[in-house]
Amino acid sequence: MLIRFSRICTIALFMLFSANIFANPAGKSDESKEFDVNEMIMHHIKDAHEFHIMDINGHAVSFPLPIILWTENGLVTFLSSEFNHDDSGKTIVKRKGQAFIKYHEKIFYAEQTGYLGKYVVYDDNGLVLNKKPLDISITKMVFSMFISMILLVMIFVATAKTYTRSINGEPTGLGKFTEPLILFIKDEVALPMIGEKNYQKYMPFLLTLFFFIWINNVMGLIPFFPFSANLSGNIAFTFVLAVITFMITTLVANKDYWKHIFWMPGLPVPMKLFLAPIEFLGIFIKPISLMIRLFANISAGHIIILSLISLIFIFKSILLAPVSLFFSVFISLIEVLVVAIQAYIFTILSAMYIGSAIEEHEH
Amino acid sequence: MDLVTPDIGLIFWTTISFAILYFILAKFAWKPILGAVTDREKSIKDALSAAEKAKEEMANLKADNEKILNEAKLQRESLLKEAREIKSKIIADAESEATEKANKLVESAKIAIENEKSAAMKELQNTVVDLSLNIAEKLLSKELDNKEKQVQNIQDILDKTKLN
Repeated sequence: MLIRFSRICTIALFMLFSANIFANPAGKSDESKEFDVNEMIMHHIKDAHEFHIMDINGHAVSFPLPIILWTENGLVTFLSSEFNHDDSGKTIVKRKGQAFIKYHEKIFYAEQTGYLGKYVVYDDNGLVLNKKPLDISITKMVFSMFISMILLVMIFVATAKTYTRSINGEPTGLGKFTEPLILFIKDEVALPMIGEKNYQKYMPFLLTLFFFIWINNVMGLIPFFPFSANLSGNIAFTFVLAVITFMITTLVANKDYWKHIFWMPGLPVPMKLFLAPIEFLGIFIKPISLMIRLFANISAGHIIILSLISLIFIFKSILLAPVSLFFSVFISLIEVLVVAIQAYIFTILSAMYIGSAIEEHEH
Repeated sequence: MDLVTPDIGLIFWTTISFAILYFILAKFAWKPILGAVTDREKSIKDALSAAEKAKEEMANLKADNEKILNEAKLQRESLLKEAREIKSKIIADAESEATEKANKLVESAKIAIENEKSAAMKELQNTVVDLSLNIAEKLLSKELDNKEKQVQNIQDILDKTKLN
């Protein structure tokens, strides 16, 4: 049973890796066109308006996602399937007297002056000049995020329910698996970083943060629908989380925290003046480092695995497949570790920043 | 550059998602879970402190027992000592009493002997007088003719028989 399951998994994995590779619209069953590794990888790690599942006979099979636009004429919604998998600005969707095109996974207003059947105009540097509506579509990543939310709520509400079944409050069932993780955040992150007096107030935030990042990291590693979205490797996602940490840190900070930034006690006045701008910049650098660390680590993981798979196509030899498969499995295993560590690092650093903001110094 | 430009739509959805997730999980998951964990930790702590208290009480009890035992030991010791003293006193008393009694007995015996002796002496004197008279009678009856010799004899006898 187990062997059969793992065999199915292997086949599915293989199929979907290759599916992802053919997902690049430029190389769609076009034998003469050179395989563009860069484009394939970028296409994978960036957001998309439809969830590509696989290609069958050069025909893309994808899960259509709703496109939600705030335009000059108000709210516009339609399904991404109306673009017919077109990502080069050739297909127009008309709503409320406006025409929209999708070009490189971005929604623009169509321009009539376009050429080669495209409704796109460029400036001299090749940048798109078309105007953009405010795009709040449920993209592949938002879709993936919703799935992760449903999973998290299911897992942890179920965990909470197991405690009502137990007699002495010991974990039962699912709680046996999730409680050690929760206790890990409590004992290894919140308690040492924030301190016994205040840690309980920040536990819900730290737990939500840790599991939200971790589950999205792990979902990004699973190479088939409805997973594989590089959400936690997207700068917008890490930006929001870092901003939340920044806001909590800044809002809860006590007098000591600001004093240590602008007028460091116990130093001569010239040093105080010298340190103040550095410490002030530190307020912003801390969350920025959080944002970039998670984004870069997770994106890099995806890029490495995809690059290793791409070796087969770069060298155009099936003989290289075992090598590239071996390395990508190896890197995938490392990634399983890395994604957990990155979620932990983000959480422990957030806890540390909050802890330093509410720390009471004794001078 | 496209890669490091945050997308407004995703920022919007991430913010909303995280807020919703935070409130749902905080209310329906973290609160009951952390509550259960805290309760359990508290009950474990309580149980441990109760055990510690019981241990302390046990130790106190043991110390008390030891104290009582020691006191009993001391009491026994003193009782034994007293008994020994009483014993030796009784023995000493008895000894002295016995000696006294013996002495008294000896004394009275001596007196009795003395009395007996003097009585015997008196009797002996009387007997001697009687005997002497008898002898004298016999001698007188036998040798009355030889008066001189008789007297001589009596004199001799009397000389020899010195009364004390």
